[in-house]
Amino acid sequence: MDIVLTLLTIIMTAATPLLLAALGEMVTERSGVLNLGVEGMMVMGAVAGFGGAYVTGNPWLGILTSILAGMLMSLLFGFLTLTLLANQVATGLALTLLGLGLSALIGESFVGQPGIKLPTLSGIDPLVPFSLVMVAAVSWFMFRTKMGLVIRAVGNSHTSAHALGYNVIGVRYLSVLFGGAMSGIAGGYLSLVYTPQWVENMTSGRGWIALALVVFASWLPFRILAGAYLFGTISILSFVLQAQGLGIPSQFLSSLPYLGTILALVVISGNKALTRRNTPASLGQPFVPDR
Amino acid sequence: MTSTHGTPLLEARNIVKTFGSLRANDDVTLTIMPGEIHAFLGENGAGKSTLVKMIYGALQPTSGQFFWKGRQVTPASPSVARHLGIGMVFQHFSLFDSLTVAENIALAMPGPYDLPALSGRIAKVSASYGLPISPTALVGDLSVGERQRIEIIRCLLQEPQLLIMDEPTSVLTPQEADQLFVVLKRLASEGCSVLYISHRLEEVKALCDTATILRHGKVVAEVDPRRETAASLARLMVGGDIHAIKARASAVGLGKPRLELRHLSLPADGAFAVPLIDINLTVNAGEIVAIAGVAGNGQGEFFDAVSGERTVAPDMLCLDGVGLGGRSITFRRKSGAAFVPEERLGHGAVPSMTLSQNMYLSRHAVDPALVSSGVLNPEGARAAAERIIKGFDVRKGKPDPEARALSGGNLQKYVVGREMELQPKLLVINQPTWGVDAGAAASIRQALIDLAQGGSAVLVISQDLDEIFEIADRIAVISRGQLSEPRPASEMTREEIGLLMAGAHERAQGGSPGETSHAA
Repeated sequence: MDIVLTLLTIIMTAATPLLLAALGEMVTERSGVLNLGVEGMMVMGAVAGFGGAYVTGNPWLGILTSILAGMLMSLLFGFLTLTLLANQVATGLALTLLGLGLSALIGESFVGQPGIKLPTLSGIDPLVPFSLVMVAAVSWFMFRTKMGLVIRAVGNSHTSAHALGYNVIGVRYLSVLFGGAMSGIAGGYLSLVYTPQWVENMTSGRGWIALALVVFASWLPFRILAGAYLFGTISILSFVLQAQGLGIPSQFLSSLPYLGTILALVVISGNKALTRRNTPASLGQPFVPDR
Repeated sequence: MTSTHGTPLLEARNIVKTFGSLRANDDVTLTIMPGEIHAFLGENGAGKSTLVKMIYGALQPTSGQFFWKGRQVTPASPSVARHLGIGMVFQHFSLFDSLTVAENIALAMPGPYDLPALSGRIAKVSASYGLPISPTALVGDLSVGERQRIEIIRCLLQEPQLLIMDEPTSVLTPQEADQLFVVLKRLASEGCSVLYISHRLEEVKALCDTATILRHGKVVAEVDPRRETAASLARLMVGGDIHAIKARASAVGLGKPRLELRHLSLPADGAFAVPLIDINLTVNAGEIVAIAGVAGNGQGEFFDAVSGERTVAPDMLCLDGVGLGGRSITFRRKSGAAFVPEERLGHGAVPSMTLSQNMYLSRHAVDPALVSSGVLNPEGARAAAERIIKGFDVRKGKPDPEARALSGGNLQKYVVGREMELQPKLLVINQPTWGVDAGAAASIRQALIDLAQGGSAVLVISQDLDEIFEIADRIAVISRGQLSEPRPASEMTREEIGLLMAGAHERAQGGSPGETSHAA
């Protein structure tokens, strides 16, 4: 029984940061904005979370600073792409590079410092149930509320939404900020729960996996949940295989979760009608209001 | 004036709207009485849409006032206008493909978000006005006529006192248009005023009580359309007689076959596309064949297949007996074909490039004056662009403007001129005069006729039946990716074409081997 529980805990730990970041990016993309800077926002969230906890001594304030860092990064992205109409793909890539570099600079003095772990509530990391609640909450918000409908409408056709009198740019700013906040928490989870310390580039590509999850999960929250937990499960599997000493190169084993998750999601996204229905049609297109 | 008693529902007084140096609306005054159907006539670019957008709150006037039931108002946004009781059906629908009908309507409704209750109200309104629609259908799966119904129901649910319709019949079959007129007349009889924007004069004569005519941003007349003739209305709109098209002897069966399509089929490509199913068509030298049909029935796919944007099996498409189905656009152009796509800005021309640079877009491989041994010759391009600008009377602000600086009609004249100048053996043109003012449309149609007379085969895809009857020798109708048997234009009536548009010629489901089931 204990082993099952331990395994489950490890799976959850691996899945939670992906789930948080992917949920945020899902909302951003549903509004028609492609923010490829998830990795950069996450890593900034990680360094800010560690720094906030280190300076104040309070890991909860660390989570708060990680959220703020993610939101600041996404605000920069929003300003460049929504107000100045810069290319979203290029800006997102630049945001990742900026985040990786800037976090290394900020975190230089944190390297090797002991971190503060977020306290558990009766043995459970509070961010794990939080992420699960967020799946349900985001799903309800997107598909059961008017505001969620408006976000989906803006992402489907910004010209139509504008014609109906909706503030396209405003809706997109809010969605981008939500994405930033969630990426920030995901980063904070890494530096305050997963491995409570700061290591340069500690997101190690999780932001990119979160991005892929969103697309292959057809922008559906519960599929993102499935994808994230699948990733966690295969991660554990590859650890177990590594421990068995089967002579399989460890590099291959550590790439397994990435390969496996993408493969599985490609298969489930084979339902063309569903994908078509949920793909934001104006994804990545800048919106310029006419006169 | 139809009625002088009572308070007007809406009055626009001395409205001026300027965009930079352009006066889109110059001292426009308009009065709409309760319960009347008021036509708003004018050429493209006359300023109709500008005024209507101001009434609907999407634009703000530079000066002038609006009065709603005698009270001064300034609709600051569409939601304010909707609150007053103004509804609008746009020419380009503001709908969302991947949302359901009910969700689309909910987006325009104030108040709490309750889909089941809203669906009930939609069903009620759609039944009482004879506008059948399912609230749970995905908009992306619906026809253009059904989409327009959503827009109308969306307005009706807000119980408007003024309904603005922006060129509503341009996308409908004649039968669908007739149904729409019944709904509009019923609305008017219930006291709802209709502001009806159109440039189809027959329609306005049949439907409207009053007509305000706009030319170059100014009101030139307010008339009772039932007492005018189509010709007199056209004169008011254009400010002179429209240059009549020269009639000519029908060329049916004269020349040798140039373009032959044999069992042309193409699977649907992604999203909400239409497959082409077993299309057979021959276009002879010297004739114009027109393909009629309601938008979204495979015209785009058909143009892509013929132009080479999508390739098919080699022998499905032959030009002068040579199978070109698998060949590229450039190869087809080298073989003597030329193509004018529907969307002139972004497809037919690069918006941010000058007219001379845009010459390369379609002529880089076929015009030695533009390119020699792979090196561009800007002088040659400039000279060619100059010739077209002169020959086709392209009006522009500066010597070699960017394509986007031109008005729709002038850019279309440029694109058509660019393709025609080399006297192609085959010209395929999709929606030649869509959104083009009457004067430019007449000159484009004349050019097509002259080209055919010179021995070229001309294939026109159009939704405009007036245009088709004006220029075509033979007419075929496309519906859900299937093409009807082409027949001489002189033997066809509008009613027949309307039936074909609605799919009268489609083979029964599963009847032919290439048949693809169509999503309902």
